[in-house]
Parts: sequence; C-alpha cells; structure tokens
Amino acid sequence: MTEKTATGQTVPVAQGDIPAAEAPKPTVLREILAGSWLVSVLSIVVGLLVGAVLIAASDSGVQGTLGYFFSRPADFFMAVWRTVSEAYLALFRGAVFDWQAQTFVRAVRPVTESLVASTPLILAGLGIALGFRSGLFNIGGQGQVILGAIFAGFFGYWFTLPLGLHMLVAVVAGIVGGAIWGGIAGALKARTGANEVIVTIMLNSIAGYLIAYLLKQQWFRQTGSANPQSRDVDAAASLFPLLPDPFRLNAGFLIAIAATVFVWWLLERSTLGFEFRAVGENPHAARTAGISVGRVTLVVMMIAGALAGLAGASQVLGTEQRLTMGIGGSLGFDAITVALLGRSRPLGTFLAGLLFGAFKAGGYTMQAQTGTPIDIILVVQSVIVLLIAAPPLVRAIFRLPAPVGKGAR
Amino acid sequence: MKRKHFASATALVAAGVLALSACGEAPEDSGAGGGEGGDGADYKACIVSDAGGWDDKSFNQSAAEGLEEAVEELGIEEARAESQSDSDFAPNVDNMVAQSCNITLGVGFLLEDSIHDAAEANSDMHFGLIDSAFSDADGNPADLENGKPIIFNTAEASFLAGYLAAGMTESGTVATFGGIQIPSVTIFMDGFADGVDQYNEDNDGDEVKLLGWDKDAQEGSFSGDFDNQSQGQALTEQFISQDADIIMPVAGPVGLGAASAAQGVDGTKIIWVDSDGYESTDYGDIILTSVMKEISNAVKDTIAEDVDGNFSAEPYVGTLENEGVGLAPYHDFEGDVPDELDEKIQELRDQIISGELTVESPSSP
Repeated sequence: MTEKTATGQTVPVAQGDIPAAEAPKPTVLREILAGSWLVSVLSIVVGLLVGAVLIAASDSGVQGTLGYFFSRPADFFMAVWRTVSEAYLALFRGAVFDWQAQTFVRAVRPVTESLVASTPLILAGLGIALGFRSGLFNIGGQGQVILGAIFAGFFGYWFTLPLGLHMLVAVVAGIVGGAIWGGIAGALKARTGANEVIVTIMLNSIAGYLIAYLLKQQWFRQTGSANPQSRDVDAAASLFPLLPDPFRLNAGFLIAIAATVFVWWLLERSTLGFEFRAVGENPHAARTAGISVGRVTLVVMMIAGALAGLAGASQVLGTEQRLTMGIGGSLGFDAITVALLGRSRPLGTFLAGLLFGAFKAGGYTMQAQTGTPIDIILVVQSVIVLLIAAPPLVRAIFRLPAPVGKGAR
Repeated sequence: MKRKHFASATALVAAGVLALSACGEAPEDSGAGGGEGGDGADYKACIVSDAGGWDDKSFNQSAAEGLEEAVEELGIEEARAESQSDSDFAPNVDNMVAQSCNITLGVGFLLEDSIHDAAEANSDMHFGLIDSAFSDADGNPADLENGKPIIFNTAEASFLAGYLAAGMTESGTVATFGGIQIPSVTIFMDGFADGVDQYNEDNDGDEVKLLGWDKDAQEGSFSGDFDNQSQGQALTEQFISQDADIIMPVAGPVGLGAASAAQGVDGTKIIWVDSDGYESTDYGDIILTSVMKEISNAVKDTIAEDVDGNFSAEPYVGTLENEGVGLAPYHDFEGDVPDELDEKIQELRDQIISGELTVESPSSP
C-alpha cells in the first residue's frame, strides 16, 4: 500500500546512490522485495507455520507417535502432516468453499460467513486506522463499539417506524453513539491534554458496565424474562439480508465497503484528511502551519468513534438482532490488529478485515470438525501482527534485502 | 551468525525429542495417531460452550465432563466448540448442524437464540439447552418439539445451605454474592435467603443477618463477571469486615478469590456452588458444604436417552427429589455440625421432596 511513496522516492535514489558495479540488479525486483506488502504476505506465511507447529504439538495422535519416534519416524511425520493439513483444510472449507458439504448452499455459505465476520472488523478497524494516521492511539474501539450497539439496538426496538426509515434511524443512532464516546476522549485530549490511551481504556470499562447496567433495567430490555438481553430489533430496523435465508450476509457489508471508500476519500482527497495526516506526521509543524491540532483531535476521535459505532450497529442490527452483554466481543481489540495489518491504509484495513474475518469463520469449522483448539487462530493472528510490527524480523527470517529509501517502512 | 542460531535451534529440538523418550516401541500396525475409532453406534453428540470455556471449573466444564462420560460409556462420537464471544454462538451451532450431529447441546442461556433457531430449522435433529428454558422473541416461554431444556431448581438445595449457614454462624451474619445478575445465579441466592429466614423463624431468639442479597427487592452484590477473582476477594473482605463468617459466592471461578480471602481470617467458611468444592478446589479445609448442580449427569442421561431413541423434549428439571441438585457432604466439618441441625436439614429436605415445603424464587424454572 505504500507503492506511491516507494515508487516516488526509490527509483531516483537507487540510480543515484548505488555504485555502478551493483547497478545491474533490477530495481523493480528490489523494490518488491523491500516493499511492505511482501512483508505482510510473509508474515501471514510465518503465522500459519507457527500455527501448524502448535496444531501438531497439541494433537494427541502426534504426541503418541513421538513416543516411538526412533523406531518408526515415518509415523510421526505422517501424523503431523495429516493433523496439520486436516486442520488447515477445515479452516479453508469454513472460510471459503466447503467441497465436502451436502448441499450447494452449504458449500458456498462459508465465504459469505467470512464476509459476515469481517464486516465489524473492517468498520472498527477503519476507525482505529484513522486514529493511527492522525497520530492518535485509540484503544477505545471496544467502548465505541458497545455504545454504537446500545444506541443502534435501542433505537431499533424502542419504537416502530416505516421500513427503511427505521433502519436509517437506527444506523445513524449507532454512528452518533460511537461518535459521542470517541468524542469524549477527543475532547478530553484536546482540552486538557489527557493521554488518549488512558482515557479510551477507561471509557471501555465504563461502556462495559453501562451496557451491563442497562440490560438489567426492564425499561431498557423490554422483555418479560430476567435474562440480561434485549428484545429483538424491529424487522423494519434490521439491516436487510443480501441473500435468502440460510445466509446471514446483510447490508452491513455494503456499509463496510462504503465506509472504506469514505475513509479513503477523507484521508487522501479531502482538506480535512490532509490536516489529519499533517497532525499525524508532526503536530508541531501542523500547528505552525495554522492547523488547529485540538480541533483535529476532536474530529478524528469522533469519526473514529462513529466508525466503531457502525461496527456495533452492524452487529446488533445485522448479525445478532439483539443486545447482549457480550455484543462487543473483543471487536475493539481485534480492530487494532486489523488496522496494524492493514498498515492503517483504508484498502489495507479492508483486506486485513477480510483475512481476519475468514480466519474467524474458518476457525469455527476447524474447531468443530477437527477438534483443533480455537486459541490457535488467535496465536496465528497475533504472530502475524507481531511480525508486521517488526519488519526487520521478517526480512531476517527470509533474508530479504533492507528497504531502499525512507519511504518503505 | 544466523547459521549458528539455526544449528543451536536444531540441536535443541533434537535434544527435546530425545528427552521425550522417543525410543519407545512402535505399536503394531495401527493407523498412526488414529485416536478416534468410533466403534460404537453411528451417533454423534455435539456441544457448544459459552464464553466461559471448557475449563471454567463451573457449568461449561461440568457439561463437557458429562459428554466425556457419555462418549466413554456409549462409544459414540463427539464434537465440541468453544465460544469466545457472543457472536460465536450462531456459527458454532451451525457448524454442528453442518456435520449432522444427532444431538447438539448448548451450555448457558446465552445460547438460547442460536439453539432455538437451529432447532426450528432442523426438525430432524435433536437439541438441548443447559440452564435455560426456550423462549420466543418477546421472552415468553416456548416449547420446541426437538429441543430439550436442562434446568435446575437450585433454590431447593441452596435453601438447605442457607439454613445450615444460619445454624453454623458464630457471628450471626452470613453473606452471599453473585457473578452476574442472571436467573441461574440469583436462584441460588434466593434459596439461600429463604433458608436463613426459615432458620430465624424456627429459632425465635436468633436473628441471623444476611448480607449481599435482598430477595424481595432482587438486589444485591455482584462481582460483575465470572473471571475476576480479585473482585471476589475484595467483596469477601468487605463482608468479613462486616462480621460475616460464612460466605456463599455464586460466581464460578470468582469464588476462588472469595475462598482465598476467607482463608486469611480464622473461623471464616465458604459454601461452594455447582460442584463439590471440597474436591474441585484447593480450599477444602474451609468449605463447609457445596450446593451441587449435577449438570454432567443430566448431560450424560440426555445423550444416553437419545442414543436409545428415547429423546423427549420434556424439560429436565434437576431437583432434590431426582438428585439433580443437592447438598454436598460436610467433609472436614462433619464433627462440627450439631446433630440437631443436621437432622433438621434432613427433615427440611424430606419436606421439600414431599412437597410439604416449597422453595419459591422468581427465577425458578
């Protein structure tokens, strides 16, 4: 995603600085090797390899063959191969296409499930990415998702409105809910200089207890039972399905696409986005240039919160159809990893969200069909992000050349 | 330099392999690693946890143990899926349906929606829901032809625990707290409160105080979740400073925090819940008794019935009568409980079983 800077800067540098003796090396190849997207791909490969080792290590069959490794080593390798390949094939069948399914619908459903799982990740990830680009470490995605879900859900079942209008009102309510929560953190930072990391983390806890409190209140839940979950959202308010019944894919995914385009436009094409990036690069210089850093901080946090709020809205209005205490899951934190993997670029975040959504959907099948512990998926994702955050490590593992120029990070 | 690292890493792995005593005999021509040989019926029992996971020392774990026993005894196949958040429930249940499980059990009321939907969409498969009945979208009770609720009237057993606690307290104050305010938790606390009241009624002179739960107002102390042990410890310290000497935490693993707080203060006792805490925890010496909820037996029996073709959607309700709930032995406190009190508890138990005495709770199944 950084080709622009890479191509813009490296070509002249390579021609100018490298002595003639080394010049014949094709610079294009060198760029690709040094480019950040290759690091991303290789990080994914390494993550999957680490996952494979763990899958093999945690399988009792493999452990059994290790007991007599020296008398019949082939058994061990066969067992490792079978366990790992079964697990990863199940992951693929759960995420993309299930060729073992009994019906055609079941066979193609996995890819739509991946999209369903990726929708909130993309939306919340975009919010985090926007913060990163503007130099703000927004850890409050979780709280903003919950607030978005509370607002969208409550407006979704509290009253009835005509079809379409109700959905719009509920989605906007989710945006407002997230924006308020993000805005609080932004205003505190802009006004008092409070550290946004600490403020957003605290707001996460407050949001968690707020939803727990609200779901205890009869007026809020609007159900007869004492269980802490709300009434189902009104049919008119729920995000309309894109495919017929067994599929869960809904309009939330279209919102995610639209949000990606919006964030791209905002960051790359608008004056406001230019100010965001300027503040992100160097707040002092931005201030000198006449940009109000405080205003940018507030606006960025509100938009980031609004995007996370949309993620909450898509969960409650699309996938889950009702509010529960765990509606936010760990979305706010998963979103941080998505934004990191996407290198805080809108398209990158979109693709990273798709990948992690696929991991999520595939993980269900992998766990259910092969008994592989679901935590391994989390380890794979964590290793990927760890490596993304430390590109020199990936280059060291694969002996890639160091990046040329300053642009490729 | 990197080569050296590789070499040492390889050496380490080799040493590790050796250390794992890799010199054992190879088994006779068995399919390598083929652990699961479904020699029994062509039957698959599947189970989906809630966010607690299979090692929560509470109801998910009990349910998994029930499945394990069923697998061992009946030689059936199994599949398990652990949920990590609420959005995992529906996909996990759906994956069980996709692999044609004969019965799919959901653990916890949070799975009601997913199990309910799956049961309606797949009338040829059987489903079970632990700790909750089925309800429609507005929260009114609903019946399913292929879905069996497995629920427990724990108030009956915790009533006895409350009576015992009131009879055993030296300070005249007992306490309870919950994890999250949900019916399957507050039902314990309701029974406990009623047991204490019953004791006060029977013994005019005494006025044992209960902290942490007001049954009439349905309000009390909650730690907020089922993981944060230090929160349980803090709550328990509060109760101890208010003179409570017997405490019943209804919060799964959070109760371990309560036990560690109680251990620091002489004469303070804990009443455990769900399983027999004398066996399942390290705090046996301060556990007066446990209010047991026999989830694993219920799971095993439900699966066994289904394997035999006797599935019924009739709810299973664990009571004192069918031993689905009960009071654990006093273990170390056997000698300390006065015979009189123990006899009275047995008497109350018989009265509840015969229906002479009913323990009521707004959360009763």
